[in-house]
Amino acid sequence: MSEERGADGQWAIEATNLSRRYGRRWALASVSLRIPSGATLLLAGNNGSGKSTLLRALATAIRIDRGEVFIEGMDIRRDRDAIRRKTVLLDHHAYTYEALTAIQNLSVTASILGIPHGRRALMPVLAEAGLGDRADDEVAGFSAGMRKRLSIARLLLRLPRSGGGARPSVVLLDEPYNQLDPEGFRLVDQLLERLKNDGATVVMATHLVDRGAPLCDLGLLLEQGQVAWSGSAGDLPRHSGISQERLF
Amino acid sequence: MSRLAASLRKEMLLQWRTRSQVIAVFVFGATCLLLFSFAIGPNAAALRALAPGFLWLALLLSSTLTLAESFHLEMEERAIEGLLLLPAGDGAVYYAKAIANAIQLSLLGVALIPVMVVLYDAGTTRIPALAGVIVLGAAGLSAPGTLYTAMTSRLRARQTLLPLLLFPLIVPVLLAAVKATSLFILGDPMEQARSWIILLVAFNAIYWSLCGLFFGRVMEE
Repeated sequence: MSEERGADGQWAIEATNLSRRYGRRWALASVSLRIPSGATLLLAGNNGSGKSTLLRALATAIRIDRGEVFIEGMDIRRDRDAIRRKTVLLDHHAYTYEALTAIQNLSVTASILGIPHGRRALMPVLAEAGLGDRADDEVAGFSAGMRKRLSIARLLLRLPRSGGGARPSVVLLDEPYNQLDPEGFRLVDQLLERLKNDGATVVMATHLVDRGAPLCDLGLLLEQGQVAWSGSAGDLPRHSGISQERLF
Repeated sequence: MSRLAASLRKEMLLQWRTRSQVIAVFVFGATCLLLFSFAIGPNAAALRALAPGFLWLALLLSSTLTLAESFHLEMEERAIEGLLLLPAGDGAVYYAKAIANAIQLSLLGVALIPVMVVLYDAGTTRIPALAGVIVLGAAGLSAPGTLYTAMTSRLRARQTLLPLLLFPLIVPVLLAAVKATSLFILGDPMEQARSWIILLVAFNAIYWSLCGLFFGRVMEE
Protein backbone atom coordinates (compact mmCIF):
# COMPACT_ATOMS: atom_id res chain seq x y z
CA MET A 1 0.00 0.00 0.00
CA SER A 2 1.20 3.49 -0.82
CA GLU A 3 4.76 2.54 -1.72
CA GLU A 4 5.83 6.16 -2.37
CA ARG A 5 4.96 7.23 1.19
CA GLY A 6 6.74 4.36 2.82
CA ALA A 7 9.82 4.60 0.67
CA ASP A 8 11.30 7.64 2.38
CA GLY A 9 10.30 6.73 5.93
CA GLN A 10 9.67 3.89 8.25
CA TRP A 11 6.54 1.79 7.99
CA ALA A 12 4.43 2.33 11.07
CA ILE A 13 2.83 -1.09 10.65
CA GLU A 14 4.26 -3.90 8.59
CA ALA A 15 2.55 -7.29 8.60
CA THR A 16 3.55 -10.28 6.52
CA ASN A 17 1.30 -13.35 6.33
CA LEU A 18 -0.33 -12.42 9.62
CA SER A 19 -2.58 -15.31 10.65
CA ARG A 20 -4.69 -15.98 13.68
CA ARG A 21 -7.17 -18.74 14.34
CA TYR A 22 -9.87 -19.41 16.89
CA GLY A 23 -10.16 -23.15 17.26
CA ARG A 24 -10.22 -24.54 13.73
CA ARG A 25 -11.36 -21.35 12.05
CA TRP A 26 -8.80 -18.93 10.70
CA ALA A 27 -10.00 -15.45 11.60
CA LEU A 28 -7.05 -13.97 9.72
CA ALA A 29 -5.31 -15.90 6.99
CA SER A 30 -2.03 -14.59 5.57
CA VAL A 31 -2.84 -10.90 5.81
CA SER A 32 -0.01 -8.73 4.58
CA LEU A 33 -0.09 -4.96 4.79
CA ARG A 34 2.20 -1.98 5.16
CA ILE A 35 1.06 1.33 6.55
CA PRO A 36 3.35 4.36 6.38
CA SER A 37 3.92 6.50 9.46
CA GLY A 38 1.27 9.17 9.84
CA ALA A 39 -1.19 7.53 7.45
CA THR A 40 -4.83 6.87 8.25
CA LEU A 41 -6.24 3.55 7.13
CA LEU A 42 -9.93 2.73 6.83
CA LEU A 43 -10.51 -0.96 7.48
CA ALA A 44 -13.72 -2.30 6.02
CA GLY A 45 -15.42 -5.66 5.75
CA ASN A 46 -18.46 -7.66 6.73
CA ASN A 47 -19.12 -8.90 10.24
CA GLY A 48 -16.68 -11.71 10.98
CA SER A 49 -14.28 -10.65 8.22
CA GLY A 50 -11.42 -10.26 10.73
CA LYS A 51 -11.32 -6.50 11.32
CA SER A 52 -11.42 -6.68 15.12
CA THR A 53 -9.01 -9.61 15.18
CA LEU A 54 -6.55 -7.65 13.06
CA LEU A 55 -6.76 -4.61 15.33
CA ARG A 56 -6.46 -6.71 18.48
CA ALA A 57 -3.46 -8.53 17.05
CA LEU A 58 -1.75 -5.24 16.16
CA ALA A 59 -2.43 -3.95 19.68
CA THR A 60 -0.91 -7.14 21.20
CA ALA A 61 -4.24 -7.93 22.89
CA ILE A 62 -4.10 -11.35 21.21
CA ARG A 63 -1.14 -13.32 19.98
CA ILE A 64 -0.65 -14.19 16.35
CA ASP A 65 -0.34 -17.80 15.24
CA ARG A 66 1.68 -17.25 12.09
CA GLY A 67 3.46 -14.52 10.20
CA GLU A 68 5.44 -11.48 11.21
CA VAL A 69 4.31 -8.08 12.42
CA PHE A 70 6.41 -5.03 13.09
CA ILE A 71 5.04 -1.90 14.71
CA GLU A 72 7.41 1.01 14.11
CA GLY A 73 10.13 -1.53 13.49
CA MET A 74 9.46 -3.48 16.68
CA ASP A 75 8.65 -7.18 16.57
CA ILE A 76 5.20 -7.90 17.95
CA ARG A 77 6.39 -11.13 19.59
CA ARG A 78 9.63 -9.87 21.11
CA ASP A 79 8.88 -6.22 21.90
CA ARG A 80 5.36 -6.49 23.28
CA ASP A 81 5.87 -4.03 26.14
CA ALA A 82 7.55 -1.43 23.92
CA ILE A 83 4.74 -1.77 21.38
CA ARG A 84 2.16 -1.22 24.12
CA ARG A 85 3.81 2.10 24.87
CA LYS A 86 3.41 3.09 21.23
CA THR A 87 -0.11 1.82 20.52
CA VAL A 88 -3.57 2.46 21.87
CA LEU A 89 -6.70 0.47 21.07
CA LEU A 90 -10.29 1.65 21.21
CA ASP A 91 -11.97 -1.72 21.49
CA HIS A 92 -15.56 -3.01 21.32
CA HIS A 93 -15.29 -3.47 25.06
CA ALA A 94 -15.20 -0.30 27.09
CA TYR A 95 -12.33 -1.50 29.34
CA THR A 96 -14.10 0.05 32.31
CA TYR A 97 -15.14 -1.07 35.80
CA GLU A 98 -18.88 -1.16 36.25
CA ALA A 99 -18.65 -0.59 40.00
CA LEU A 100 -16.65 2.62 39.65
CA THR A 101 -17.78 6.06 38.55
CA ALA A 102 -16.69 7.59 35.26
CA ILE A 103 -14.08 9.78 36.91
CA GLN A 104 -12.80 6.92 39.08
CA ASN A 105 -12.35 4.82 35.94
CA LEU A 106 -10.35 7.57 34.30
CA SER A 107 -8.37 8.11 37.49
CA VAL A 108 -7.37 4.44 37.54
CA THR A 109 -6.03 4.66 33.99
CA ALA A 110 -4.31 8.01 34.58
CA SER A 111 -2.60 6.88 37.78
CA ILE A 112 -1.26 3.74 36.09
CA LEU A 113 -0.03 5.86 33.19
CA GLY A 114 1.71 8.09 35.70
CA ILE A 115 -0.08 11.26 34.62
CA PRO A 116 -2.08 13.63 36.86
CA HIS A 117 -5.14 11.76 38.07
CA GLY A 118 -6.91 14.32 40.21
CA ARG A 119 -10.38 15.64 39.52
CA ARG A 120 -9.03 18.91 38.14
CA ALA A 121 -6.90 17.09 35.57
CA LEU A 122 -9.59 14.63 34.51
CA MET A 123 -12.74 16.75 34.31
CA PRO A 124 -11.68 18.51 31.07
CA VAL A 125 -11.11 15.11 29.45
CA LEU A 126 -14.52 13.87 30.54
CA ALA A 127 -16.10 17.12 29.36
CA GLU A 128 -14.41 16.75 25.97
CA ALA A 129 -15.95 13.30 25.66
CA GLY A 130 -19.36 14.71 26.59
CA LEU A 131 -19.54 13.16 30.06
CA GLY A 132 -18.76 16.21 32.17
CA ASP A 133 -22.11 16.11 33.95
CA ARG A 134 -21.99 12.34 34.61
CA ALA A 135 -18.52 12.19 36.14
CA ASP A 136 -19.72 10.86 39.50
CA ASP A 137 -22.21 8.32 38.17
CA GLU A 138 -21.44 4.62 38.29
CA VAL A 139 -20.64 3.13 34.89
CA ALA A 140 -23.11 0.32 35.64
CA GLY A 141 -25.89 2.83 34.94
CA PHE A 142 -24.42 4.08 31.67
CA SER A 143 -25.96 3.51 28.25
CA ALA A 144 -23.89 1.88 25.50
CA GLY A 145 -23.21 5.29 23.96
CA MET A 146 -21.99 6.73 27.25
CA ARG A 147 -19.68 3.75 27.72
CA LYS A 148 -18.27 4.41 24.28
CA ARG A 149 -17.72 8.05 25.21
CA LEU A 150 -15.91 6.95 28.36
CA SER A 151 -13.68 4.68 26.24
CA ILE A 152 -12.94 7.68 24.05
CA ALA A 153 -12.12 9.74 27.16
CA ARG A 154 -9.77 6.94 28.21
CA LEU A 155 -8.08 7.18 24.82
CA LEU A 156 -7.91 10.98 25.04
CA LEU A 157 -5.92 10.60 28.25
CA ARG A 158 -3.07 9.19 26.23
CA LEU A 159 -3.00 11.91 23.61
CA PRO A 160 -0.53 14.79 23.77
CA ARG A 161 -2.94 17.55 24.77
CA SER A 162 -3.69 15.67 27.99
CA GLY A 163 -0.05 16.06 28.93
CA GLY A 164 2.61 13.60 30.09
CA GLY A 165 2.67 9.82 30.15
CA ALA A 166 3.37 7.39 27.36
CA ARG A 167 2.11 8.88 24.11
CA PRO A 168 1.04 6.44 21.44
CA SER A 169 1.94 6.97 17.81
CA VAL A 170 -0.24 4.15 16.49
CA VAL A 171 -3.97 4.42 17.22
CA LEU A 172 -6.30 1.52 16.51
CA LEU A 173 -10.02 2.31 16.47
CA ASP A 174 -12.50 -0.54 16.32
CA GLU A 175 -15.93 0.69 15.25
CA PRO A 176 -15.51 4.08 16.97
CA TYR A 177 -18.91 5.34 15.71
CA ASN A 178 -20.89 2.41 17.14
CA GLN A 179 -23.55 3.31 19.71
CA LEU A 180 -22.88 7.03 19.38
CA ASP A 181 -25.38 9.80 18.59
CA PRO A 182 -24.72 12.42 15.87
CA GLU A 183 -22.84 14.56 18.37
CA GLY A 184 -20.73 11.53 19.20
CA PHE A 185 -20.02 11.04 15.49
CA ARG A 186 -18.61 14.55 15.39
CA LEU A 187 -16.51 13.76 18.45
CA VAL A 188 -14.94 10.82 16.61
CA ASP A 189 -14.42 12.93 13.47
CA GLN A 190 -12.64 15.57 15.56
CA LEU A 191 -10.56 12.89 17.24
CA LEU A 192 -9.47 11.58 13.84
CA GLU A 193 -8.56 15.07 12.65
CA ARG A 194 -6.58 15.65 15.82
CA LEU A 195 -4.73 12.34 15.45
CA LYS A 196 -3.87 13.19 11.84
CA ASN A 197 -2.62 16.63 12.85
CA ASP A 198 -0.51 15.05 15.59
CA GLY A 199 1.06 12.75 13.00
CA ALA A 200 -0.27 9.54 14.52
CA THR A 201 -0.80 6.47 12.40
CA VAL A 202 -4.46 5.48 12.61
CA VAL A 203 -6.23 2.28 11.64
CA MET A 204 -10.00 2.61 11.89
CA ALA A 205 -12.38 -0.29 11.37
CA THR A 206 -15.89 0.83 10.55
CA HIS A 207 -18.96 -0.08 8.57
CA LEU A 208 -19.64 3.62 7.99
CA VAL A 209 -17.40 3.82 4.95
CA ASP A 210 -19.02 6.95 3.55
CA ARG A 211 -18.33 8.79 6.78
CA GLY A 212 -14.84 7.42 7.36
CA ALA A 213 -13.45 7.56 3.81
CA PRO A 214 -13.06 11.37 3.56
CA LEU A 215 -11.12 11.32 6.84
CA CYS A 216 -8.75 8.52 5.81
CA ASP A 217 -5.91 8.24 3.31
CA LEU A 218 -5.96 4.52 2.66
CA GLY A 219 -8.54 1.77 2.51
CA LEU A 220 -8.35 -1.95 3.05
CA LEU A 221 -11.11 -4.48 2.63
CA LEU A 222 -11.11 -7.75 4.49
CA GLU A 223 -13.18 -10.75 3.43
CA GLN A 224 -13.14 -13.98 5.41
CA GLY A 225 -9.88 -13.09 7.06
CA GLN A 226 -8.05 -12.16 3.87
CA VAL A 227 -7.23 -8.91 2.14
CA ALA A 228 -9.77 -8.59 -0.68
CA TRP A 229 -8.84 -5.10 -1.79
CA SER A 230 -6.56 -2.23 -0.87
CA GLY A 231 -6.01 1.25 -2.19
CA SER A 232 -7.14 4.78 -1.59
CA ALA A 233 -9.84 5.21 1.05
CA GLY A 234 -11.91 7.34 -1.30
CA ASP A 235 -12.12 4.47 -3.78
CA LEU A 236 -13.12 1.86 -1.24
CA PRO A 237 -16.93 1.96 -1.38
CA ARG A 238 -16.99 2.29 -5.16
CA HIS A 239 -14.42 -0.37 -5.90
CA SER A 240 -15.31 -2.21 -9.12
CA GLY A 241 -16.88 -5.59 -8.72
CA ILE A 242 -17.73 -5.14 -5.04
CA SER A 243 -20.91 -3.27 -4.43
CA GLN A 244 -21.41 -1.27 -1.28
CA GLU A 245 -24.57 -3.22 -0.61
CA ARG A 246 -22.68 -6.48 -0.73
CA LEU A 247 -19.85 -5.18 1.40
CA PHE A 248 -21.70 -3.35 4.06
CA MET B 1 6.71 0.62 41.86
CA SER B 2 4.39 3.59 41.33
CA ARG B 3 2.43 1.51 38.83
CA LEU B 4 2.09 -1.26 41.38
CA ALA B 5 0.86 1.30 43.91
CA ALA B 6 -1.61 2.69 41.36
CA SER B 7 -2.88 -0.81 40.53
CA LEU B 8 -3.16 -1.65 44.21
CA ARG B 9 -5.10 1.54 44.82
CA LYS B 10 -7.49 0.48 42.08
CA GLU B 11 -7.95 -2.94 43.71
CA MET B 12 -8.69 -1.37 47.08
CA LEU B 13 -11.15 1.04 45.50
CA LEU B 14 -12.94 -1.84 43.78
CA GLN B 15 -13.08 -3.83 47.01
CA TRP B 16 -14.51 -0.83 48.83
CA ARG B 17 -17.15 -0.26 46.15
CA THR B 18 -18.18 -3.93 46.31
CA ARG B 19 -17.85 -4.30 50.09
CA SER B 20 -21.22 -6.03 50.44
CA GLN B 21 -19.55 -9.00 48.74
CA VAL B 22 -16.95 -9.10 51.54
CA ILE B 23 -19.71 -9.39 54.14
CA ALA B 24 -21.35 -12.17 52.13
CA VAL B 25 -18.06 -14.09 51.98
CA PHE B 26 -17.61 -13.71 55.75
CA VAL B 27 -21.10 -15.11 56.32
CA PHE B 28 -20.22 -17.98 53.98
CA GLY B 29 -17.02 -18.74 55.91
CA ALA B 30 -18.82 -18.58 59.26
CA THR B 31 -21.53 -20.87 57.90
CA CYS B 32 -18.89 -23.37 56.81
CA LEU B 33 -17.45 -23.38 60.35
CA LEU B 34 -20.91 -23.87 61.80
CA LEU B 35 -21.70 -26.79 59.49
CA PHE B 36 -18.36 -28.47 60.18
CA SER B 37 -19.07 -28.22 63.91
CA PHE B 38 -22.41 -29.97 63.37
CA ALA B 39 -20.56 -32.83 61.66
CA ILE B 40 -18.43 -33.43 64.78
CA GLY B 41 -21.21 -33.11 67.32
CA PRO B 42 -20.85 -32.13 70.99
CA ASN B 43 -17.42 -33.72 71.51
CA ALA B 44 -15.47 -30.76 72.90
CA ALA B 45 -12.02 -32.38 72.60
CA ALA B 46 -12.57 -33.39 68.97
CA LEU B 47 -13.96 -29.97 68.11
CA ARG B 48 -10.93 -28.25 69.58
CA ALA B 49 -8.50 -30.63 67.89
CA LEU B 50 -10.10 -30.20 64.46
CA ALA B 51 -10.71 -26.45 64.69
CA PRO B 52 -7.50 -25.39 62.83
CA GLY B 53 -8.29 -27.70 59.92
CA PHE B 54 -11.84 -26.46 59.67
CA LEU B 55 -10.74 -22.83 59.88
CA TRP B 56 -8.45 -23.33 56.89
CA LEU B 57 -11.06 -25.32 54.97
CA ALA B 58 -13.51 -22.47 55.49
CA LEU B 59 -10.87 -20.01 54.29
CA LEU B 60 -10.02 -22.17 51.29
CA LEU B 61 -13.64 -22.47 50.22
CA SER B 62 -14.18 -18.74 50.77
CA SER B 63 -11.07 -17.97 48.72
CA THR B 64 -12.65 -19.47 45.60
CA LEU B 65 -15.47 -16.95 45.98
CA THR B 66 -13.25 -13.93 46.56
CA LEU B 67 -10.86 -14.87 43.76
CA ALA B 68 -13.69 -15.47 41.30
CA GLU B 69 -15.34 -12.18 42.25
CA SER B 70 -12.12 -10.23 41.81
CA PHE B 71 -11.87 -11.42 38.20
CA HIS B 72 -15.59 -11.15 37.54
CA LEU B 73 -15.22 -7.38 37.99
CA GLU B 74 -12.31 -7.40 35.57
CA MET B 75 -14.10 -9.38 32.89
CA GLU B 76 -17.39 -7.45 32.75
CA GLU B 77 -16.03 -4.96 30.23
CA ARG B 78 -12.64 -6.63 29.87
CA ALA B 79 -11.14 -3.95 32.08
CA ILE B 80 -8.10 -6.08 32.83
CA GLU B 81 -7.25 -6.25 29.14
CA GLY B 82 -7.38 -2.46 29.07
CA LEU B 83 -4.91 -2.36 31.95
CA LEU B 84 -2.60 -4.94 30.39
CA LEU B 85 -2.50 -2.92 27.17
CA LEU B 86 -1.30 0.12 29.08
CA PRO B 87 2.45 0.41 29.39
CA ALA B 88 2.18 -0.72 33.00
CA GLY B 89 3.66 -4.16 32.75
CA ASP B 90 1.84 -7.39 33.52
CA GLY B 91 3.68 -7.68 36.82
CA ALA B 92 2.09 -4.60 38.38
CA VAL B 93 -1.39 -5.81 37.46
CA TYR B 94 -0.75 -9.31 38.82
CA TYR B 95 0.96 -8.33 42.05
CA ALA B 96 -1.64 -5.67 42.85
CA LYS B 97 -4.43 -8.17 42.41
CA ALA B 98 -2.64 -10.92 44.35
CA ILE B 99 -1.81 -8.53 47.22
CA ALA B 100 -5.41 -7.28 47.33
CA ASN B 101 -6.70 -10.86 47.41
CA ALA B 102 -4.21 -11.73 50.16
CA ILE B 103 -5.33 -8.74 52.24
CA GLN B 104 -8.97 -9.65 51.80
CA LEU B 105 -8.37 -13.29 52.74
CA SER B 106 -6.22 -12.29 55.72
CA LEU B 107 -8.95 -10.03 57.06
CA LEU B 108 -11.48 -12.78 56.51
CA GLY B 109 -9.27 -15.27 58.37
CA VAL B 110 -8.79 -12.92 61.31
CA ALA B 111 -12.54 -12.22 61.38
CA LEU B 112 -13.26 -15.96 61.48
CA ILE B 113 -11.05 -16.54 64.56
CA PRO B 114 -13.72 -15.38 67.05
CA VAL B 115 -16.28 -17.56 65.28
CA MET B 116 -13.91 -20.52 65.62
CA VAL B 117 -13.30 -19.74 69.30
CA VAL B 118 -17.04 -19.65 70.02
CA LEU B 119 -17.99 -22.73 67.99
CA TYR B 120 -15.00 -24.95 68.78
CA ASP B 121 -13.80 -23.60 72.12
CA ALA B 122 -10.41 -23.22 70.44
CA GLY B 123 -8.99 -20.12 72.06
CA THR B 124 -5.34 -19.16 72.22
CA THR B 125 -3.27 -16.49 73.90
CA ARG B 126 -0.91 -16.33 70.92
CA ILE B 127 -3.21 -14.17 68.81
CA PRO B 128 -0.46 -12.17 67.00
CA ALA B 129 1.34 -15.40 66.02
CA LEU B 130 -1.93 -16.92 64.84
CA ALA B 131 -2.70 -13.78 62.84
CA GLY B 132 0.78 -14.03 61.30
CA VAL B 133 0.10 -17.59 60.18
CA ILE B 134 -3.21 -16.51 58.69
CA VAL B 135 -1.49 -13.72 56.73
CA LEU B 136 1.18 -16.14 55.43
CA GLY B 137 -1.41 -18.79 54.58
CA ALA B 138 -3.67 -16.26 52.87
CA ALA B 139 -0.70 -15.02 50.83
CA GLY B 140 0.12 -18.62 49.90
CA LEU B 141 -3.44 -19.15 48.68
CA SER B 142 -3.69 -15.82 46.88
CA ALA B 143 -0.57 -15.94 44.71
CA PRO B 144 -1.43 -19.14 42.82
CA GLY B 145 -5.15 -18.46 43.26
CA THR B 146 -4.89 -15.18 41.36
CA LEU B 147 -2.93 -16.84 38.56
CA TYR B 148 -5.33 -19.77 38.22
CA THR B 149 -8.38 -17.53 38.39
CA ALA B 150 -6.88 -15.48 35.57
CA MET B 151 -6.32 -18.68 33.60
CA THR B 152 -9.88 -19.88 34.02
CA SER B 153 -11.68 -16.53 33.95
CA ARG B 154 -12.49 -16.75 30.23
CA LEU B 155 -13.65 -20.37 30.35
CA ARG B 156 -17.24 -21.51 30.57
CA ALA B 157 -16.43 -24.13 33.22
CA ARG B 158 -14.38 -21.72 35.33
CA GLN B 159 -16.30 -22.35 38.56
CA THR B 160 -15.48 -26.06 38.37
CA LEU B 161 -11.99 -25.74 36.96
CA LEU B 162 -10.65 -23.23 39.47
CA PRO B 163 -10.84 -25.51 42.54
CA LEU B 164 -9.79 -28.53 40.45
CA LEU B 165 -6.60 -26.78 39.36
CA LEU B 166 -5.91 -24.76 42.47
CA PHE B 167 -6.55 -27.13 45.36
CA PRO B 168 -3.85 -29.71 44.52
CA LEU B 169 -1.28 -26.94 44.06
CA ILE B 170 -1.83 -25.34 47.45
CA VAL B 171 -1.70 -28.56 49.50
CA PRO B 172 1.77 -27.72 50.97
CA VAL B 173 0.60 -24.26 52.05
CA LEU B 174 -2.62 -25.62 53.49
CA LEU B 175 -0.78 -28.36 55.36
CA ALA B 176 1.78 -25.97 56.82
CA ALA B 177 -0.88 -23.41 57.76
CA VAL B 178 -3.08 -26.03 59.47
CA LYS B 179 -0.14 -27.48 61.38
CA ALA B 180 1.14 -24.08 62.54
CA THR B 181 -2.37 -22.95 63.54
CA SER B 182 -2.90 -26.22 65.39
CA LEU B 183 0.34 -25.80 67.33
CA PHE B 184 -0.62 -22.26 68.36
CA ILE B 185 -4.06 -23.37 69.56
CA LEU B 186 -3.30 -26.77 71.10
CA GLY B 187 0.18 -25.98 72.39
CA ASP B 188 3.68 -26.38 71.01
CA PRO B 189 5.84 -28.18 73.59
CA MET B 190 8.41 -29.27 70.97
CA GLU B 191 8.54 -25.82 69.33
CA GLN B 192 7.64 -27.19 65.90
CA ALA B 193 5.66 -24.15 64.76
CA ARG B 194 8.82 -22.40 63.55
CA SER B 195 9.60 -25.10 60.98
CA TRP B 196 6.04 -24.99 59.59
CA ILE B 197 6.23 -21.21 59.32
CA ILE B 198 9.53 -21.49 57.45
CA LEU B 199 7.84 -23.92 55.07
CA LEU B 200 5.01 -21.40 54.58
CA VAL B 201 7.49 -18.62 53.87
CA ALA B 202 9.38 -20.82 51.39
CA PHE B 203 6.27 -21.76 49.44
CA ASN B 204 5.16 -18.14 49.44
CA ALA B 205 8.51 -17.13 47.95
CA ILE B 206 8.16 -19.77 45.22
CA TYR B 207 4.54 -18.98 44.39
CA TRP B 208 4.93 -15.20 44.41
CA SER B 209 7.96 -15.23 42.17
CA LEU B 210 6.82 -17.88 39.66
CA CYS B 211 3.19 -16.80 39.35
CA GLY B 212 4.26 -13.21 38.62
CA LEU B 213 6.38 -14.49 35.75
CA PHE B 214 3.59 -16.57 34.22
CA PHE B 215 0.77 -14.05 34.52
CA GLY B 216 1.46 -12.21 31.26
CA ARG B 217 1.47 -15.45 29.30
CA VAL B 218 -1.67 -16.69 30.98
CA MET B 219 -3.60 -13.53 30.10
CA GLU B 220 -2.63 -13.68 26.43
CA GLU B 221 -5.48 -14.89 24.27
